[in-house]
Amino acid sequence: MELPVLGWQALVILVVFGISLLIATYSTYAERVIAAFLQDRVGPDRAGPFGILQPLADAVKLFTKEEFFPAGANRALFVFGPCLAMVTALMASAVIPFGNYLQFGTTIVHLQGIEVNIGMLYVFGVVSLGVYGIMIGGWASNNKFSLLGAIRAASQNISYELAMGMALIAVLMMSGTLSLREITLQQSVPGEWHFWNIVKQPIGFIIFIVCAFAETNRTPFDLPECETELVGGYHTEYSSMKMGLYLFAEYINVFVASAVMSVLYFGGFNFPFQYELRDFLAQSQGAVTAQNIITILGVVAVFIKIFSFIFFFMWVRWTLPRFRYDQLMRLGWTILIPLAIFNILLTGGLILLGVIQ
Amino acid sequence: MQPLSNRAKKLEKKPMTLAERAYLPAIFQGLSITLRHFFSKKATIRYPEETRPFSPVFRGLHVLKRDEQGRERCTACGLCAVACPAEAITMVAGERKKGEEGLYREEKYAVSYEINMLRCIFCGLCEEACPKAAVYLQADKMAPPRFERDEFIYGKDRLVEPVAPDARSQRGIQLTPEQAQALNAKLAQPA
Repeated sequence: MELPVLGWQALVILVVFGISLLIATYSTYAERVIAAFLQDRVGPDRAGPFGILQPLADAVKLFTKEEFFPAGANRALFVFGPCLAMVTALMASAVIPFGNYLQFGTTIVHLQGIEVNIGMLYVFGVVSLGVYGIMIGGWASNNKFSLLGAIRAASQNISYELAMGMALIAVLMMSGTLSLREITLQQSVPGEWHFWNIVKQPIGFIIFIVCAFAETNRTPFDLPECETELVGGYHTEYSSMKMGLYLFAEYINVFVASAVMSVLYFGGFNFPFQYELRDFLAQSQGAVTAQNIITILGVVAVFIKIFSFIFFFMWVRWTLPRFRYDQLMRLGWTILIPLAIFNILLTGGLILLGVIQ
Repeated sequence: MQPLSNRAKKLEKKPMTLAERAYLPAIFQGLSITLRHFFSKKATIRYPEETRPFSPVFRGLHVLKRDEQGRERCTACGLCAVACPAEAITMVAGERKKGEEGLYREEKYAVSYEINMLRCIFCGLCEEACPKAAVYLQADKMAPPRFERDEFIYGKDRLVEPVAPDARSQRGIQLTPEQAQALNAKLAQPA
């Protein structure tokens, strides 16, 4: 690759990194406001107009809190836990295509951190590393509640990763590729009446979104931090910004899960009538400018999809109570996994009959 | 036993149907309920910027009224202090001197008049007891929170109804309209 292209890619990576952090920051604010609205309150409104500076106030608060190490804790691992949770959460957004491509002269810039042909495997690998952050933090705290929360997190994530992976296999059977960019592009072909994967994979999507809730430790599957039983779960002993990193990692995971779902099932940066609009614009603006405009609109489209999913995550959180642990395990192993296997067979049969491709 | 109301619901323990075991219908029902609340009118307000209206019969902070000529109505009879169930009111009576007719309506007046807002229960009995229609509990003002206990003892400086700003002397003493007029005329003359 030439140097300018690498420079552009570095810029894209930086922007993706910044956007992940910004969205995670404002997810905390959105969570409070949505919680308030769902409960007939007005929510935080003291910091800045409509409280939009609330995340800053939270950050100042967390940074100035006492840095506490429990007696008997393994100090190195105690610090390493939240760092690992944060790093793995941030890494996952690298392969997500946020847009098609922009063209400046002869330079083509893909709006994606890195384009790899194993994109989906990479996301899975990195996300499943995230449980180590929780595990290590819970173990190093030298606290029964932390350890219980960490063990719950580990078993929950492993159980639901199975069903999630199998739901994904059905998508991959249709797409024939692991590249997220390819999967996105396949969901919209010019000149054809093409549907997003949600139409072809409704069962797979339901399995995937349920598992995404479990993977990100969100209600109704937030058993690892389960306040009513485990004090604070794996982050009982954490204070200050180390606690903040765990909370932050959770919101970044929500963002990544939303992005992956919108790419896999909701067409990513595609939006209806994009090719018609491109051809219409190409008449007056020229082909290159038209494509660039479509790409930017595509970025807007993918973020609208992501924000809808984030809203859905929060909406569910403030609606449903938490599952009991045995209910969680029964749902994962006796309902979701058989359902996912059935979905694979169904997809395979339909592909064989030529109903979907 | 006779049922108290006919609203009691007989519950049977049945095995769950498939729709119930699938959770999803119930989840979407719950989501629709919370979404309705998302768009409904909020029960709370943004307090310091917005305030709720007071009731017209609200009994708030006391005021010592003046008459239509700007004279203090209170004659320090002490009936309010006697009526007060919380013993929040104390006063010292004094005799009106010559030349103070514009300040005090009666020959006897309150030199000091204090209400302890921490003791006061805002029952309004002082208002009912007052024969001179001098003390009232305002319907639109509350005793605000303070940091120190002694700040809750309201003296005449904070209780007596203020007069218009131009009717004050330079030392902040409240003047009658005639005195204020004379003062303004004097100030207007070149020295």
